Amino acid sequence: MHAFVEPLMVLLVLVNLGLLSVRRMAWCIRLAGVQGALLGLAILALAPGAEPEPHVWYLAAAVLAIKALAFPMFLRRTMRTLHLRAWVEPYIGYGLSLLAGLAALLFSLWLGSRLAIPGLHLPPLLFPAAFTAFFGGLTMLVSRKKALTQVVGFLAMENGIFLFGAPTLAWGSTWMELAVLLDVLVAVFVMGIVVHRIDRTFDSIDVGLFCSLRD
Amino acid sequence: MLIESLVILPLAAGGAALLTRPHGPRRLLLLVAALAHLGLVLACWAGPVEPAWGGTLDLDAAGRLFLTIASVLFAAAAAYAQSYLKQEDPGLRSDFQEGLAFANAPERVFTACLLFFLAAMTLVAAARHLGLLWVGVEATTLASAPLIYFHRHRRSLEATWKYLIICSVGIALALLGNILLSYALFDPGSGIPPMDLDAVLARAAGAHPAWLKAAFACVLVGYGTKAGLAPMHSWLPDAHSESPSLVSALLSGALLNCALLGVLRLFAVCVAAGLGDFARELLVAFGLTSMGVAAAFILGQGDFKRLLAYSSVEHMGIITLGIGLGGGAAFGSMLHLAGHSLAKAMLFMLAGNILAAFHTKSAHDVHGAVRALPVTGPLWVAGFLAIVGCPPFSLFVSEYAIAAGALSSGRIGVAAAFLLLLGVVFVGMATPVLRMAQGPTPPGMAEARPEPALAVLPALALGCGVLVLGLWLPAPLAATMREAATIFGGAL
Repeated sequence: MHAFVEPLMVLLVLVNLGLLSVRRMAWCIRLAGVQGALLGLAILALAPGAEPEPHVWYLAAAVLAIKALAFPMFLRRTMRTLHLRAWVEPYIGYGLSLLAGLAALLFSLWLGSRLAIPGLHLPPLLFPAAFTAFFGGLTMLVSRKKALTQVVGFLAMENGIFLFGAPTLAWGSTWMELAVLLDVLVAVFVMGIVVHRIDRTFDSIDVGLFCSLRD
Repeated sequence: MLIESLVILPLAAGGAALLTRPHGPRRLLLLVAALAHLGLVLACWAGPVEPAWGGTLDLDAAGRLFLTIASVLFAAAAAYAQSYLKQEDPGLRSDFQEGLAFANAPERVFTACLLFFLAAMTLVAAARHLGLLWVGVEATTLASAPLIYFHRHRRSLEATWKYLIICSVGIALALLGNILLSYALFDPGSGIPPMDLDAVLARAAGAHPAWLKAAFACVLVGYGTKAGLAPMHSWLPDAHSESPSLVSALLSGALLNCALLGVLRLFAVCVAAGLGDFARELLVAFGLTSMGVAAAFILGQGDFKRLLAYSSVEHMGIITLGIGLGGGAAFGSMLHLAGHSLAKAMLFMLAGNILAAFHTKSAHDVHGAVRALPVTGPLWVAGFLAIVGCPPFSLFVSEYAIAAGALSSGRIGVAAAFLLLLGVVFVGMATPVLRMAQGPTPPGMAEARPEPALAVLPALALGCGVLVLGLWLPAPLAATMREAATIFGGAL
């Protein structure tokens, strides 16, 4: 299993950068799903020992079911029912977004080399893979006009954090991670409901229209 | 059994509220559940409580204090809701600010979410496991978002979205902080300990300092976002001004505390790890920043619900500052926490009454509140005196303790800034609040309107609470506050 860790991390970094540069909403959602699938596989690959223990299998299955299947399906359905325009509609250009992602990559490589713990062997590319997802999600969250893209950004952020925590699964049970997953599941559904409401009230899900509350 | 029932009771009552169609029984259910919860919480004061769920749920002094505040406020809000919900028209109404038609969310959903919100806050207060604490804080966000969107118009929708997104990002950051903490506790022999608070505290001394510092910074910014600390407070004035007044009261008086508890739990870990000075400096900095930002926005604030919201930012800053100063100031913080919650919830409920009578949130358009609303008006002034820390209200005592703590530890600059900002806020709040209270009533408005008892009695009760806490602190409460202050590093 461990042999797959490095290729998975490289793929994750590429997907994270891809998320920042795709122009079509549909691809944005698809890539977030791929990110979730890679996360599920990474949980298995990072598990200690030759064969992952049952609780790691359950968690990986839950991650795959929720992040790789349920969320993309839910977001695609939202996109269809709201008849959204096909494009991501960023505030800042795609080039600049990608540049932000690359900056995050460099920063995380530097951070990973600084924060070493004696005796703890984290895969060398874990930091870049996790933190490009985190910062990339954050960039999407603040630089995209559509409320739905913000949800995808939140998901990418959360995927990054989850990946960063994946090696800690080696010591202990997974009930906490499952609870976190459940919380995120509910959060995305609540956000989805609010996105529907925003569309019905404003006839658009452009958060740039949110300008009535200020001092 | 006691602690489980504290979580399960509001959950079950919320489920039942969803299924109850007639308004009368459902409103009664809300009140009964709130009072039952309060009764159970008071029973926790009788003696040691048995931990539940394998020790993940337990009430220490801090948990008991935070839980009691939340439960008292919820009971008051549930009583207030009885008259509030009766006055709310079920059909389409015109929004007095923009003139657009809107309807309310179904009352069933609203009531159920209120009760789920209480369950989530109980979970946060009683959690002895940092992961469970995180789950609880996230659950409070999800349960309270529909509450903010009770009046279904554009502004509340905007506030709900900002609240959901900003707080979710904040809480995600806190999750990152928790993961950093678990790495910080890594030990080659035994690996990473469970995130049980006791296990974490026991291992803290051997933690890796750089990782622990990073963890605390993430948790402080993460939960601090939800606790309304500046500069991460931007969701707070919007959410507080657009939600129904009883929800604003709960958000401000109970939810902010719960989020702050998350920060303080990790602060205790830092103290145990010998990084207390680093963490204290951060708390002092965030505390003073929050007070400064709030003071700037309070001056000249034209919307009286936003005024109260910024005042909450200020008070969360004061509490954070007191904890950061440690010693007697930490005790002052615990007293301040209780006093602020009671006074702010009272003020938000009264603001709801004023809003219902005057149909405006503009502090410039309201005047003659004392004449028009013979109970709400005078209480509004009393609440103002309480919140700005006039004697004999308890906020005076706690602010005095925090200032004295700053002076006795030789932090003259901090004490001076603290007192100066309190003075600025006093002036900034006095102008609109007193203008609203005094003068003739607006033309066409009847003087001395009758007010429903349940619209004013909860606020009156909370006001009496702040007054009593200022004059006489019951011995068990004082002991609990002292113990809580000790948990958060304030050796007395």
